[in-house]
Amino acid sequence: MIDLGGIDCDIHPTVNSTADLVPYLTGYWREMVPMRTMGMLDLASYPPSNPLSARDDWRSANGRGGVELAKVQREALDAFGTRLAICNVLYGGPVLYSDDMAAAICTATNDWLADQWLSRDSRLRGSIVIPTESLELAVEEIERRAGDPRFVQVMVLCMGEMPLGRKHYWPIYEAAERHGLPIGIHAGSSYRHPPSSIGYGSFMLEDYVAQSQTFGAQVASFVTEGVFEKYPGLKVVLIESGFTWLPSFLWRLDKTWRGLRAEVPWLKRRPFEIVRDHIRMTLQPIDAPDSGNQLERVIDQLGSDDMLLFSTDYPHHQFDGDAAMPDLIPASLRRKILVDNPLQTYPRLQEAFA
Amino acid sequence: MSVDTLERVVETTVDAGVIDCDIHPAPKGPLGVMPYLPPRWQEHLKRFGNNFRQPFTGGMPYPRFGDGNRVDARLPDGGYGGSDLAFMQKQHLDANNVAYGILQPLAPNAQSQRNLEFSAALATAVNEWQLEAWCRPDQRLKASLVVPQEDPEASAQEIRRRASDRSFVQVAVAPRAIEPLGRKRYWPIFAAAVESGLPIGLHVGGFGGSPPSGSGWVSYYLEDHHSNAESMQALITSLVLEGVFEEFPELKIVLIEGGFVWLPALSWRLDKHWKTLKAEVPHLKRAPSEYIREHFWFTTQPIDEPQKPQHIRETIDWIGWDRILFSTDYPHWDYDDPATALNKIRMSEAERRMIFRGNAAALYGLD
Amino acid sequence: MARHVVARVADVPPGSRKLVTIKNREIALFNVAGEYFAVLDRCPHAGASLCKGRLTGLMSATGPGEYRYSREGEILRCPWHGWEFDLRTGKSCAEPNRLWIKNFDVTTAKSDEIEGDVAVAEAPAGEPEQLTATTFPVAVEEDWIVIEA
Repeated sequence: MIDLGGIDCDIHPTVNSTADLVPYLTGYWREMVPMRTMGMLDLASYPPSNPLSARDDWRSANGRGGVELAKVQREALDAFGTRLAICNVLYGGPVLYSDDMAAAICTATNDWLADQWLSRDSRLRGSIVIPTESLELAVEEIERRAGDPRFVQVMVLCMGEMPLGRKHYWPIYEAAERHGLPIGIHAGSSYRHPPSSIGYGSFMLEDYVAQSQTFGAQVASFVTEGVFEKYPGLKVVLIESGFTWLPSFLWRLDKTWRGLRAEVPWLKRRPFEIVRDHIRMTLQPIDAPDSGNQLERVIDQLGSDDMLLFSTDYPHHQFDGDAAMPDLIPASLRRKILVDNPLQTYPRLQEAFA
Repeated sequence: MSVDTLERVVETTVDAGVIDCDIHPAPKGPLGVMPYLPPRWQEHLKRFGNNFRQPFTGGMPYPRFGDGNRVDARLPDGGYGGSDLAFMQKQHLDANNVAYGILQPLAPNAQSQRNLEFSAALATAVNEWQLEAWCRPDQRLKASLVVPQEDPEASAQEIRRRASDRSFVQVAVAPRAIEPLGRKRYWPIFAAAVESGLPIGLHVGGFGGSPPSGSGWVSYYLEDHHSNAESMQALITSLVLEGVFEEFPELKIVLIEGGFVWLPALSWRLDKHWKTLKAEVPHLKRAPSEYIREHFWFTTQPIDEPQKPQHIRETIDWIGWDRILFSTDYPHWDYDDPATALNKIRMSEAERRMIFRGNAAALYGLD
Repeated sequence: MARHVVARVADVPPGSRKLVTIKNREIALFNVAGEYFAVLDRCPHAGASLCKGRLTGLMSATGPGEYRYSREGEILRCPWHGWEFDLRTGKSCAEPNRLWIKNFDVTTAKSDEIEGDVAVAEAPAGEPEQLTATTFPVAVEEDWIVIEA
């Protein structure tokens, strides 16, 4: 146990099976969902039994992580002295192909989160899960939740149908900005496309490593499409993306932009500066060696103290013991990462933390 | 009138001449390799032409600015940059004191053709064209052995047929293939390359059919251009995780035009998550970063330009000064000039010699 | 700073350009719709000769997807990496506060305003690497382009 006293910006209460959501469905879907054998909508990105999806000491008797409130309270919150934690539910609602079915499952997921988790521990906050590819229904769901101050973010998956900066998705950002909600892009794929530009590989490890490359593509998309010109109040959080790839990614984006500025003439500043103002990243996973000064160098290369947000990514296996905030993180940044940056990014948290 | 002639002074970075690991020769026009094709395929080229996994017959789905080349590389008669040896010699090889130049023919694109027989016919024609139009007239120029990569057996045959001509210094495979290149179906290409003692040169490009990102088709050339760096990272991941280097411990891979500044972060990420998920890939005997250290080389162009050039130096320190190969990408628009491109990076004389010549000479057996 | 006669007006009609040399510095001279602009020929990025670059208008936007086009011919794109410079101010379009090329005032003068012979350094057509310093006697009545450098 350690008392970091911070805000954990990425934990995963987990749906045990769709049966958990059925009580929150009504009428047509309450009948259809059980009848159509939709019991298991676990995302292919996080098969429950795979070693990354849950640390062994965090699994329940049924082998799954994140399914019991008491364990989450003890292992994710108490163990780190966490004062507030943002729940990102990874389940199949957003990736269903049928718009209406996707919307129904997402609504039920958010209802389940509010009732089974947010109402039962005042430290918990939630991200609004939305049927991302169905714009009207996605905006409806945001409007439905925005009045509940316990929902602090709108969440989408990293790999969807289109790059997220495209105008097609802008109604989501309009609604989010209006309500003061950041957009959280969480690692994971809808598998509408191969996980990289070179096709489908063989291994889950391969797909997981590939997430950081598409996070980069999403950053480039948000910047080049001018999302932040149109929605200057919008913040985007990359969740479980890794962050050590970002500086070198942005060096190249800046360089290429200098020659191709005319293709995206609405950008008034270079990409690195736009990213510093609008994009944040959660801490886990820390893709860096366990010793040496490489991590400190990369953090220095970010050129900003404001970008990193503390997270454990519970129950995913990103560290052993309670090493969520390793000593290699410069001491001068710890308070910012644990408290200040999350509060800055998620204004709805400020009241509870005061 | 009195006349004084002022000669333009050219700085050379290495007295004995640099080795340029990425030069793009172009055929004279879309039918430029016709003489190297047998009649059946000449007919096919004229009537049917390219069949790629992209919407246009010949144009780029993400159009370049200009014609994709330096404006001043256009020939005086209006011809396409890189299509005339004499002009290339004058503007680049002689002017920049190039001791050796490694050719990367990008057009016609033999590797990505959906018609596999045409792919094979075109590949061998491009190889013949490199030899006759470029390497034999100018001994400084070395060729990349183009293969019909989606037919790995035919590729292996082409390699075995050509490898004894030491004008070929590497096998050319396009990174954006139908599947990641680490997958077993491509292993006959690696076997033939290793047998012949040739590295594999992976130059950005190819139309494998997958969108440039894991979340679909980007809007802008700016995004597509950047995605080449991401393709290279996925490629390293595939080659390492599939166990290619356990099967082919002598295989050498050159990543061309994908940059390299992303390599440390990728290696750290691979190592970290391999530790968690290593039961999925029990054929790997060592950490991914160890395979990366031993089997990969990287060309310099387009050299990254962070606000602090010191960061590039730190990155090369991590990768190894013996792994970096200078390249210009002549005549493309994002060309790096040997006199200026790497000047902001503080280097010792020995490091400069390694990058501009020594590493390539050792890798390709050129000195 | 001094005024240098670099070319005859007749040699640089509208839509054309000329590479000239003043005190061993190469300068790119443009005539855009009757107005002269002159900039130092070397791109601050990688040293390319700007005189070979393409002239375009200003590509701008009032917002994402709302394209505007103005100032035809007044933006110089470096022939290599496409960095854009405003010929009027020398400033980079992408980063006007951080990057610029030196620009020079250009005027014209009649022969009777010029004393002595005119020494003009120019490159023969098609031979940009060969700069030749040529001296012209100024006896005939002509208009000349003058750069202050």
